[in-house]
Amino acid sequence: MTHLHDEKTKFLEEKALEIRKSIIEALVEAKSGHTAGPLGMTDIFTAFYFHILKHDPKNPTWEERDRVVLSNGHICPVLYATMAHAGYFPVEELKTLRKFGSRLQGHPHREYLSMLETSSGPLGQGLSQAVGMALVDRLDRGQNSNRTIYCFLGDGELNEGQNWEAMLLAGKEKLHNLVAIVDRNNIQIDGYTENIMPLEPLADKFASFGWHVLEIDGHNMASIVDAVDEARAIFEKPSIIIAHTIPGKGVEMFENDYKWHGNPPNKEQGANAMAELRTLGGQIASEHE
Amino acid sequence: MKATLNPKLFDTDVEQAPIRAGFGEGLVLAGRADERVVGLCCDLTESTKMDAFAKEFPKRFFEMGIMEQSSASVASGMAAMGKIPFVSSYAMFSPGRSWEQIRTTICYNDRPVKIVGSHAGVSVGPDGGTHQAIEDIALTRVLPNMVVITPCDSIEARKATIAMAKTNSPTYIRLAREKTPIVTTEDTPFEIGKAQEFFRPATVPIKVGIIACGSLVYNALMAAKQLEGEGTGTMVLNIGTIKPLDREAVIALAKECGAIVTVEEHQVAGGMGSAVAEVLSAEHPTKMAFIGVHDKFGQSGTPTELIEHYGMGISHIKEAVKKLL
Repeated sequence: MTHLHDEKTKFLEEKALEIRKSIIEALVEAKSGHTAGPLGMTDIFTAFYFHILKHDPKNPTWEERDRVVLSNGHICPVLYATMAHAGYFPVEELKTLRKFGSRLQGHPHREYLSMLETSSGPLGQGLSQAVGMALVDRLDRGQNSNRTIYCFLGDGELNEGQNWEAMLLAGKEKLHNLVAIVDRNNIQIDGYTENIMPLEPLADKFASFGWHVLEIDGHNMASIVDAVDEARAIFEKPSIIIAHTIPGKGVEMFENDYKWHGNPPNKEQGANAMAELRTLGGQIASEHE
Repeated sequence: MKATLNPKLFDTDVEQAPIRAGFGEGLVLAGRADERVVGLCCDLTESTKMDAFAKEFPKRFFEMGIMEQSSASVASGMAAMGKIPFVSSYAMFSPGRSWEQIRTTICYNDRPVKIVGSHAGVSVGPDGGTHQAIEDIALTRVLPNMVVITPCDSIEARKATIAMAKTNSPTYIRLAREKTPIVTTEDTPFEIGKAQEFFRPATVPIKVGIIACGSLVYNALMAAKQLEGEGTGTMVLNIGTIKPLDREAVIALAKECGAIVTVEEHQVAGGMGSAVAEVLSAEHPTKMAFIGVHDKFGQSGTPTELIEHYGMGISHIKEAVKKLL
């Protein structure tokens, strides 16, 4: 992967805007679901699916692909929307989110959407699966494998002890082919993470488990790409990127308010959100009326 | 399916071996036959008999430490990459502790992970109730996609291990710690999903069918033998696979015998007997009795003391049969 030039950065930012719109449309249509997490992780998912990942939307079972494990399955609107925009399935299908018979289950289920690497929803289980994938990648391909196993985690789900079991194992095995990305948005259902169950000093915790730790602004495309570049260059350890994000990013009403963790916008709120996104937060006056 | 059994079965010096030992032998053979087979163990490698596999295939063996929950999900990730992972621990902790990981990351994903639960049942003995898994059949058979196997001796455990390594299904195999009598022979057929007729009286008419699984198959056979000598005819069906249950064999037995006693070293609630009752109550309502643990936890003691205390001895099976006459 290469560093971003200005044009590519602009392309990714515009793509992220389209994906945010799709997320809001899908949530309004679904009348349930999570708003804050998906919007907060949109820039990162866009950077991954449109620049970082080695993948082929037309051939989802390509053996050489990087693997993506979404541990906090409730943010699947961003996974679905990004995959749709990347060409895995029609964007129109996003409107079936959470509906009976849909491939887009409320939490991801690979029996319904076989191009997913795994099902998820119950928290704290993704990192272990990613560790299993990384162990097999190294068993089969040795140290010079060109596949990377990525795992997306929420910060709230780090309350789950299983994550720390997986952290121990990955540290023991020095899984350099494993890169975890934590959505450090500071909210969970009942409130702010540091009030519910403090995680800090988070970077120190990861480092003490034998991981290489990076911290970035999760809305800066160049930072995202550079961090993954560095993580992939670390040969002796698994890497974890603490991505500081704003939950609900892009729509002022949703930003930083934990009440939007598990609720969707209604029709009117959705329409306002779409207008705000179209005008890039009010920077374009003509859309305001 | 009629099976030939150990000719010394009813002798006092019948050969004994732990069911878990058969798993250990089977895993090595499965590993030789298919390099996709990998082993994960939660700090109980010798105890669960994964040590021979670990020695022969050190690169394909993963010491997981005492983390049953993560191990289930790690195995799921390995299966996603094309492996056939066997995860071994005590049944109390896997599937006991790791149940939701097994549900979500293995069964919901339909990954061919093989959960190996050793030291099941009260016959673990002196370790006491914390270590005596008598809920594991219920926990696993309730999961969609899951196959549940309960070998009756070490030979069947070896065959079952080899057979389950060849399927693409999530599978649970239940093993026991203590030495138990060798019931079957090398020639006894084993097929996942098939029950086997292990006893049919030669001299008296059949009155009751006994359906047994795991290490208590021996007690069921002893009860049947003694009952025949006392003039009461019973048949014994070995349920090597609890899920999928061999419905045809169960219904045929009920039709032939008219009454059924189920025998398992497990809670009566949700166990093999419940699975049999689910089939019979719908297909061929039959009077039943259930030998197993009745809503109690285990405790310390010798295996024999505990089997007797919880009502799973030979005399208890005979009593249950007689009550149904």
